[in-house]
Amino acid sequence: MHPIVATILQRLGFGLFTLFVVSVIIFSALELLPGDFGEAVLGQAATEESVAAFREELGLDKPPYIRYFEWIGAVATGDLGTSFSGRAASGVDRSRSVAELVAPRLWNTLFLAGMTAVIAVPLALFLGITTALYRNSIYDRTVNATTLTAISFPEFFVAYLLILFLSSLYPIFPSLANIDDTTPFLERVYRMALPALTLTLVIVAHMMRMTRAAIINLLASPYIEMAQLKGASRSEVILKHALPNAWSPIATVIAFNLAYLVVGVVVVEVVFVYPGIGQLMVDAVTTRDIPVVQACALIFAATYIILNLLADIIGTVTNPRLLHPR
Amino acid sequence: MTQQPDTYSAASEKSNPRIRRTFLQRIWNGLRKAPLSAWFGLIVIAFYCVVALLAPIIAPYGEAQIFPAPYEPWSSAHIFGTDQIGRDIFTRLVYGGRNTMGIALVTTLLSFVIGGGLALAASISRGWLDQVLSRTVDALMAIPSLIFALMLLSIFGSNVTSLICIIAVLDSTRVFRLTRSVAINVVVMDYVEAARLRGEKLGWIMRREILPNIMPPLVAEFGLRFCFVFLTIAALSFLGVGIQPPSADWGSMVRENASLIQFAKYDMKAAMTPLLPAGAIALLTVAVNFVVDWFLHKTSGLRDEH
Repeated sequence: MHPIVATILQRLGFGLFTLFVVSVIIFSALELLPGDFGEAVLGQAATEESVAAFREELGLDKPPYIRYFEWIGAVATGDLGTSFSGRAASGVDRSRSVAELVAPRLWNTLFLAGMTAVIAVPLALFLGITTALYRNSIYDRTVNATTLTAISFPEFFVAYLLILFLSSLYPIFPSLANIDDTTPFLERVYRMALPALTLTLVIVAHMMRMTRAAIINLLASPYIEMAQLKGASRSEVILKHALPNAWSPIATVIAFNLAYLVVGVVVVEVVFVYPGIGQLMVDAVTTRDIPVVQACALIFAATYIILNLLADIIGTVTNPRLLHPR
Repeated sequence: MTQQPDTYSAASEKSNPRIRRTFLQRIWNGLRKAPLSAWFGLIVIAFYCVVALLAPIIAPYGEAQIFPAPYEPWSSAHIFGTDQIGRDIFTRLVYGGRNTMGIALVTTLLSFVIGGGLALAASISRGWLDQVLSRTVDALMAIPSLIFALMLLSIFGSNVTSLICIIAVLDSTRVFRLTRSVAINVVVMDYVEAARLRGEKLGWIMRREILPNIMPPLVAEFGLRFCFVFLTIAALSFLGVGIQPPSADWGSMVRENASLIQFAKYDMKAAMTPLLPAGAIALLTVAVNFVVDWFLHKTSGLRDEH
């Protein structure tokens, strides 16, 4: 087998194993619940029978490993269980299925993350390459100082600063990103401008600095000196000679930051009241709606693992040296 | 020390005297050469610490004292006005700093005790203990820590004890990684082998042989971890699942007063109110980062970019 295929298969296998372990951890969340949880969900007035029925519905009468396989099997077929909210002691069950709650919001979150990536990745590459080209110039220093500051600010600080300047003082963008299915595409992009901009500011700094560092690192190598002695211009040296070798670290850091986006999205969604999966999760945590929390955690963790796996694979494939370990 | 070199001369030793400086003098010497950014960071951190320690003296009112007028504008009685139920913002800023920083400090210390201790034990004993711990850490690190913290908080409920324990355990995974990677290089040294042969116990080797040699990267990591924990707690409180009222803290203060931003056109001062705690968080993060940068530059140790 070709070594690249073998490496990829090995990484995929490890990724799958990680996913399995993570799903076990998330599943055990229900195990750790205190025993009187049925009464807590159904309310004080719940009868013995309804609590018993609720416990049976959760499958608490079966051993954990059987329940795990039932749960993971259901998740694999898209059935994420039923929300705790909407249940009452009266026996009337108004609860909704978790999949129904999660699906539209997941699409919204992916849209926001995608929009941020479309803005942030080209911007970071452009800034990284130009600062490497004109390094130690005023431009380089300004960009560096700005990104360093942005990287150490908490997301909600950046978000509220943007609201203050771009929405309150100079009403250019709306401060609330309330969208629904019927919102037309352009309107949607316009309303999501501020959340996307916040996330962009948060992740661009890291990507840009890594791009710059990767290129500058390569500039010390002999083949770059050769190109310079040959008489190649500065931009030619960087774009034609240095950049192709820098792709691997750059791709890795981009994938890492997209994975980071998954976490950053939670706070930003709450600030802008954006109907995404992060806000759903926070609401579910406040009301201790465990099935929804589990589903959201599983989705976030899976995205995070898959993106990190992707970063790993890209890093391996684009760098032939990693294919031959010591 | 029984054998003296034959050609010992007092004059040669006298010619290059080595001045023994006291601990404080050495610190001052290091500080004198520190760049402006590090000085700025140190002054900010010192200021924050003083405010946090002297909170009851500095704050003009009680932490949860309620005044009749909510959303009072900035005035001499209430320097930064009052919040949505009439509590003095300045007082809550001071107490909020005390609460958030105190909890973050305890959490970071706990995560270093757990993560650092386990990492040292793993790197010394190797074998199955190392394997089990390393793989567990790998699995825990595969879940983004904010998401994990949210999930655990929904199970254990939002109170300060569970907040501290959850974040400390989640954060100790990163401490474990770093400590193990630096300790593994020290463990193979001859003097550790010598200590082992003399029959020293695990605790002694950890404390007296390895820890002093891996201190600089750990100290720097402590600063960075503190920032990270501090931001996580602020973010969780901001989301409403961290530190619970009536305790003041910067994260939830931002959330409670956020609506004031909408009135920036009419009253700029009021619009600044939610930005004060957010700015305080940002300033502390920047300050700690400056100091850590300088410290790392000085000791040129490892830096864990994450």
